[in-house]
Amino acid sequence: MIRISNIKKSFDDVEVLKGIDFTFEAGKTNLIIGRSGAGKTVLLKILVGLFQPTSGEVFFGDVDVCKLGKKEIRELRMQMGMLFQGNALFDSMTIEENIRFPLDMFTSKDMKEKKMMVDKCLERVSLEGINNKFPSEISGGMQKRVGIARAIVLNPKYLFCDEPNSGLDPKTAITIDALISDITDEYNITTVINTHDMNSVMEIGENICLLHKGLLAWKGNKSQVLESDNDTLQNFIFASPFLKRLKDRAMGVK
Amino acid sequence: MYYKETIRQLYDIGVGSLSIVLIISIFIGAVTAVQFFYQMDGTMIPPYYIGYIVRDMTIIELAPTFTCLVLAGKVGSNMASEIGGMRQKEHIDAMEIMGVNTAAYLVLPKIIAAVLIVPILVSVSALVSNGGGYLASVPTGLFTSGEYIRGLRSFFQVDHVNMMYIKSVVFAYIMTSVSCYQGYYVTGGSIELGKASTQAVVYSSILILIADYIIAVLLTG
Repeated sequence: MIRISNIKKSFDDVEVLKGIDFTFEAGKTNLIIGRSGAGKTVLLKILVGLFQPTSGEVFFGDVDVCKLGKKEIRELRMQMGMLFQGNALFDSMTIEENIRFPLDMFTSKDMKEKKMMVDKCLERVSLEGINNKFPSEISGGMQKRVGIARAIVLNPKYLFCDEPNSGLDPKTAITIDALISDITDEYNITTVINTHDMNSVMEIGENICLLHKGLLAWKGNKSQVLESDNDTLQNFIFASPFLKRLKDRAMGVK
Repeated sequence: MYYKETIRQLYDIGVGSLSIVLIISIFIGAVTAVQFFYQMDGTMIPPYYIGYIVRDMTIIELAPTFTCLVLAGKVGSNMASEIGGMRQKEHIDAMEIMGVNTAAYLVLPKIIAAVLIVPILVSVSALVSNGGGYLASVPTGLFTSGEYIRGLRSFFQVDHVNMMYIKSVVFAYIMTSVSCYQGYYVTGGSIELGKASTQAVVYSSILILIADYIIAVLLTG
């Protein structure tokens, strides 16, 4: 479980987060949703420790990470995996070297064992046999899956995904969502996804927080989304005219 | 991983810069020999002194300073761009989240490699410069081979070689640390990356020249 309490973050005079309280539940797919500029990425970067909040607390279990030293933060980070919006795969390394990187840095396993672990991760994301390719030689969707494979190679307790569906076609995006959701269940990971993809919200949103103008506008789960009368949520979900027409038609509105 | 990265940097800085170092070194020696012959022509100073001047000029000053200024342009801008690009593509963030000490992993191997390989490049530069002086003067008839070699073997002081190595190590450290700093803390987009790369070269070059002066004052005072 990750709990944040009264998180505020400012950049110069701009207050991006204005006091957020939320609990990301253990073993579930937690979603941070909101429009562009709502503060989703900033909140995610605070969770993983890339940004320090201006004020507030971030608890991983009972530990307030804002009070940890650099060494303790590094140890905590070894329990984290992260999928970046731009994948952040190292261009000069092969796919196998990319996935093996955390193993090379933090384990003393022999090369045969590392190779087995890499192969297992690649198999899990259905990308067997691309070990020797470079990131530039595979598609965007495959790069996302390699990013997931790298994120889970050290069996993390927490998985963070920043816009995992950005730049992907709807079908590939569904595959990535399903993969993240399945991995969350299989590995019993606490997953936090930052997205504005409606499909992700409705398919894998077990615990959702909606950010709007730096504040928590709504929280709930995917089955509560359509029933909610929260205007900010409804405006966000049905921002697309096409979806709005479908909703109106379903509700008999002419 | 650190060892592997250091070896990669040794190769990139050393082998990658060898050709440019060889080219500039030949011309450093050649121009020094020709220039001094012109200055000393018609004076009472014996011609073999030109070999001695070329040797000491290159060892004490020209080989370490020229080589490191050229390396600041080639290697320094490369390092700033490489690390800055990694910052912009979130590679550094990715490593941080894995728990990697990115400053140590990305910067330390570069500094170690430069401090080890730059003195070797400077030694090669000094050697080739002396050869360049020979090629520019003996075949063209400025003076004889025997005179040049006599000059090279005259008044030799080991302290000058030590000074060359001290300068090489200090300049290598300045070049890599300034360039890595510029790349590591880059913000913004491609324009800022270009600026960081330029600043890496400019600041490194200025600091190398200042350090050159300080070392010269300290070691000759």
